[in-house]
Amino acid sequence: MKTPLLAFNSKGIYCEAADVYIDAWKPVDKVIISHGHADHSRWGHQKYITHHDNVPIVKHRLGEVNIESKAYGESFTINNVKFSLHPAGHIIGSAQVRVEHKGEVWVFSGDYKDEADGVCTPFEAVPCHTFITECTFGLPAFKWKPQAEVFEEINQWWKQNQADGRTSVLFGYSLGKAQRLLKHLNPEIGKIYTHGAIENMTEVLRSLVDFPPTHLITRETTKVELNGNLVLAPPSAHGGTWIRKMTPYVTASASGWMTFRGARRRRAIDKGFVLSDHCDWNGLINSIKATGCEKVICTHGYTDIFAKYLRELGYDARTEKTQYEENED
Amino acid sequence: MKAFAQLIKTIDSTNKTNLKVEALADYFQQVSDEDKVWTIAILSHRRPPRPVNTTLIREYASELANIPLWLFEESYHIVGDLAETIALVVPDSQQETEKSLTQYLEEMLALKKESDEVKKEYLVSNWKKLNYYERFVFTKLITGGFRIGVSQKLMTRALAKSTGIDEEVLAFKLMGNWNPNKISFQELILEENEADYLSKPYPFYLAYAIEDQPNDLGDPKDWLAEHKWDGIRSQVIIRKNQLFVWSRGEELVTDKYPEFEDFVGKLPNGIVLDGEILAYPNNEIGSFKDLQTRIGRKTVSKKLLEKTPVILKVYDILEYEGKDIRKKSFVDRRRILDQLHADFKDEISVFHLSEIMKFSAWDEMAKERENAREIKSEGLMIKRKNSTYGVGRKKGDWWKWKSDPFSIDAVLTYAMRGHGRRSNLFTDYTFGLWDDEHKELVTFAKAYSGLTDKEFKSLDAWIKKHTLERFGPVRSVEPYHVFEIAFEGIAESKRHKSGVATRFPRISRWRNDKKMGEANTLEDLKAMIPK
Ligand SMILES: [Zn+2]
Ligand SMILES: [Zn+2]
Repeated sequence: MKTPLLAFNSKGIYCEAADVYIDAWKPVDKVIISHGHADHSRWGHQKYITHHDNVPIVKHRLGEVNIESKAYGESFTINNVKFSLHPAGHIIGSAQVRVEHKGEVWVFSGDYKDEADGVCTPFEAVPCHTFITECTFGLPAFKWKPQAEVFEEINQWWKQNQADGRTSVLFGYSLGKAQRLLKHLNPEIGKIYTHGAIENMTEVLRSLVDFPPTHLITRETTKVELNGNLVLAPPSAHGGTWIRKMTPYVTASASGWMTFRGARRRRAIDKGFVLSDHCDWNGLINSIKATGCEKVICTHGYTDIFAKYLRELGYDARTEKTQYEENED
Repeated sequence: MKAFAQLIKTIDSTNKTNLKVEALADYFQQVSDEDKVWTIAILSHRRPPRPVNTTLIREYASELANIPLWLFEESYHIVGDLAETIALVVPDSQQETEKSLTQYLEEMLALKKESDEVKKEYLVSNWKKLNYYERFVFTKLITGGFRIGVSQKLMTRALAKSTGIDEEVLAFKLMGNWNPNKISFQELILEENEADYLSKPYPFYLAYAIEDQPNDLGDPKDWLAEHKWDGIRSQVIIRKNQLFVWSRGEELVTDKYPEFEDFVGKLPNGIVLDGEILAYPNNEIGSFKDLQTRIGRKTVSKKLLEKTPVILKVYDILEYEGKDIRKKSFVDRRRILDQLHADFKDEISVFHLSEIMKFSAWDEMAKERENAREIKSEGLMIKRKNSTYGVGRKKGDWWKWKSDPFSIDAVLTYAMRGHGRRSNLFTDYTFGLWDDEHKELVTFAKAYSGLTDKEFKSLDAWIKKHTLERFGPVRSVEPYHVFEIAFEGIAESKRHKSGVATRFPRISRWRNDKKMGEANTLEDLKAMIPK
């Protein structure tokens, strides 16, 4: 049996023909990085190749590393294997990795979503023979509403809290979700305050995208000035002493997991908005169809279930173990 | 239906109790009287009988969602709630319906006797015209078990707020058997009705648990202690020569305990006793397992009555000479009870008293607590001498101080995915103990609660890397990690592979300090079974 173009080994996804890894989870010599989330772009590789827009993110998170960047669609060759990056629509700078060798084309999706979010370059399906897909939300229970509806709800919620004399605390991951929220919050309602982690990441991305102004919460920030305004915070800030400063406050989380009624209750959050940077069920299926692929490899998420369903649809689908987070939102 | 679905949505949008009560009170102001009665019924678990069996419901839903049944089942397993799963997987509608909650419930009542085709048509057409929350509520009403984060107590509080009727009076009115299809709001809530009061129990007063030590309750002389018996908490009512037995679940169970007819005609009328029904085989207190042989039966055979008779271990008296005496102090109530017991114990053999114990120091009480298991009690109840009999679970006057749980160190053997938010994590675990003879691990318990989120995460990552085999959602894992498992009760069991059944097993801590060879054996576990 010939070696597959991309193989899953103990260090990551490996292209033997080019001797290069994709999104490796152990330190390697050369790696192509799909996007800036910590589980996909890890510390300790000798050389990084990634999209231009991901460079500031990687540098912000990992410090000075040896990094080379590419544009979407720009092809480059390593040991006769042709590579190119294509928009994944997941977060700013996120890319699918296309690999072509001797007429065979594989695409690694990284994390992706098929809805244009107004912040990053929208997803494009790339024709291929084998598609490596995530399936974080690969269950028919997950269906996203158009984001315009969700943002309408979020802005309404903020307005109502303001009318009730409360501060709105909205949780979202500091890279990706926070900027998407920020982009679509209505700054006419009030001021938008940020937790340090979000402020720093957003500052890094301001050179790439236009965002409304934000105000960093500091020791000096008072309850009175926060009242009626909105605070953007990473989920980890919930439950700490930091949040007491916002009293009286109402909490909400924006995540695909908010689909489940129990998720909100278990995390002791008042309101859940269903908003994800991954595909929903139909998004996954439609995207796979659009690639025209025959083979599918399911990595993180509901891999077994999703692969089984794909096989029923006639795909040659299987699962592979990776060390990507299964709990991203 | 719109208003009710909106209410559930609002309740779902806050974690704050007072906002939930407010939303409910507003709702009670808005809706029709018949919708109010149905809402009260649903929130006090008086749902109509299930009109369609769940196997059919699942088939219809997966068909409408256009997914194979196995995929529906997998989704259900992960979501954890059937109505929620259905509301999520079926296509969203843009239609509207103005039908009221009452109309829906009347339709559901009528649906039960219809053919499967009619049922299917009813479900599918409604799923198609309801929005997400309406669909969820509609399906929840069909499948039953309406738990939505509003207790009966909160509902009663909201009702008190919107009607101006005292909360305790309302709690009393809502007890017992009433049929939402037959009673009006006027009759149920607004009217004073003497005849209804004949069978009505009082709301039970429940104790809070002492987590650590009772020392900060102040002077032990202000308190009395009793053993906490492991049976069925009940009220026995004798009024106008009739007997009524109510369990804590507000179920009228008079027929199940014919022994208690002995109270009638002997005890004076106008008495309500609060006590624990206990099995009493061979003239001694039996186990909860013994009592279970009586619980499930509608009719009780003579043979069973002889084999497993019951007694009432009485804690308190709530009504005497036809008067509500809950506002008297605990000591005063006990004085009446003690006299009654002294007068009638010889005549009424099922009438047992829960003995009162006085302590001058908390550590004396702690010693008594250590003996609890030997006399088949679960620990101690501590009651303030001058306390009145309250409603529901209230902090302050009544405390339960349960015996420390049993505990044993076991090895993780299997893992299964959790539900909901944790559905991507392996959070349901199976544990084994060593069988010394065969040098293998024998499954003894399943447990899921008890780890912190951080521990769950790290164990989950370990499981994913150390899976041996997969069986559907279950994986067997390399035996390696040792956990301390706590449980409340233990008994021999033929149904379990280990030969032992434990009650409420849970993880109490991760024994990172122990190697798997240091976990306990099955023999260690068996040695814990009370002789
Ligand atoms: Zn990601
Ligand atoms: Zn990912």
